[in-house]
Amino acid sequence: MNWLANAQEILAWGLILSGSAFLLIGAFGIVRLPDFWARLHAASIPDSAGMILLFLGMAVHAGFGLVTVKLVIIGLFLFLTGPTSTHATANAALVSGLRPREGEGLEADEPLELAPDPQPERAP
Amino acid sequence: MSRGEERVKIIANALVLGGLWLLLSGIYEPLLLAFGAGSVAVVVALMARMDRVDGAAPEWHLKPLAFAAYLVWLLKEIARANWAVTKVILAPHMRLRQHLFAVPVTSRSDLAQVTFANSITLTPGTITIETEPGRFLVHALSYDDATPGELADMDARVAATESRRA
Repeated sequence: MNWLANAQEILAWGLILSGSAFLLIGAFGIVRLPDFWARLHAASIPDSAGMILLFLGMAVHAGFGLVTVKLVIIGLFLFLTGPTSTHATANAALVSGLRPREGEGLEADEPLELAPDPQPERAP
Repeated sequence: MSRGEERVKIIANALVLGGLWLLLSGIYEPLLLAFGAGSVAVVVALMARMDRVDGAAPEWHLKPLAFAAYLVWLLKEIARANWAVTKVILAPHMRLRQHLFAVPVTSRSDLAQVTFANSITLTPGTITIETEPGRFLVHALSYDDATPGELADMDARVAATESRRA
C-alpha cells in the first residue's frame, strides 16, 4: 500500500510543479512580449495550462472527497470565466481604438461596425 | 410560462442551490444550516423575479455525448496550443506574426457560439475579440497559413454538437 501512496504523492507534486512552471512561463511572457495584444496571449497560459495542471495536482493530492468536488466546481467556474474576462479586456481595447501591429505582409480585417449592441426588447 | 411550470422551476432551483450549499459547506450545525436556507430563499426569489422581468430562459440545444467528446478534444488542443505559445515565449528570438482576422461561424444557437468563442480564447495564441453576425474577429499571436483551417475545423466540431438547427 505504501508504494501506492508514494505514487499518488509523486503524481500530485509533478502536476502541481508543472502547473507552477506554466504560471512562471506566462509571467515571463507578459514581461517579454512587446505590446498589449501579444501580452494577452501570454496571460492565457496560466489561465489554461497552469490552472488545469494545478487543479489536477490538488485533486490527486486530496484524493476522492468533498475537497475534490469543490476543486472540480471551482475549476469549471474558472474554465468559463477565464476566457470571458480575456475577451472582455480585448474587446474593450478594440472598441477604444487600439489595433494590433500586423505581421509582415498581413492586413487586418476591420470590425463591421462599432455601434453599441442594440437594446434587447423589453417584455411589458 | 404557466404558473405550474413556474412553481416546478422554483422548487428545482431551491433543491439545486440547497444541494450545492450542503456540498460546499460540509459543516452541519443549526446556525449555518439556517444561513444556508436563508441564502437559498433570497436567491430563488431573485431568480423568479428576473424570469418575470426578462422572461428569456437560456436554450440548451446540445447533444451531451458529442459535447463531452468535444471537451476531450478541446483539452488536447489546449495542451498543444499551450506548448506552441510556450515555445514562442521562451525562444531567444520570439517569432511573432500578429494578425487580426475574421473567422466564419456556422453554429446557430447562442450556447454553441459562446462555446466556440470561449474555445478560441482558451487555446493560447488566439483570442476572440469581437462577435458579429456570422463571424468572429480573432487575434492570433503567431499567425500562419494553417491557422484559419484549424479554426474552421474547431467551428465544424462545435456545430456538430448542436442537437438541432435553430
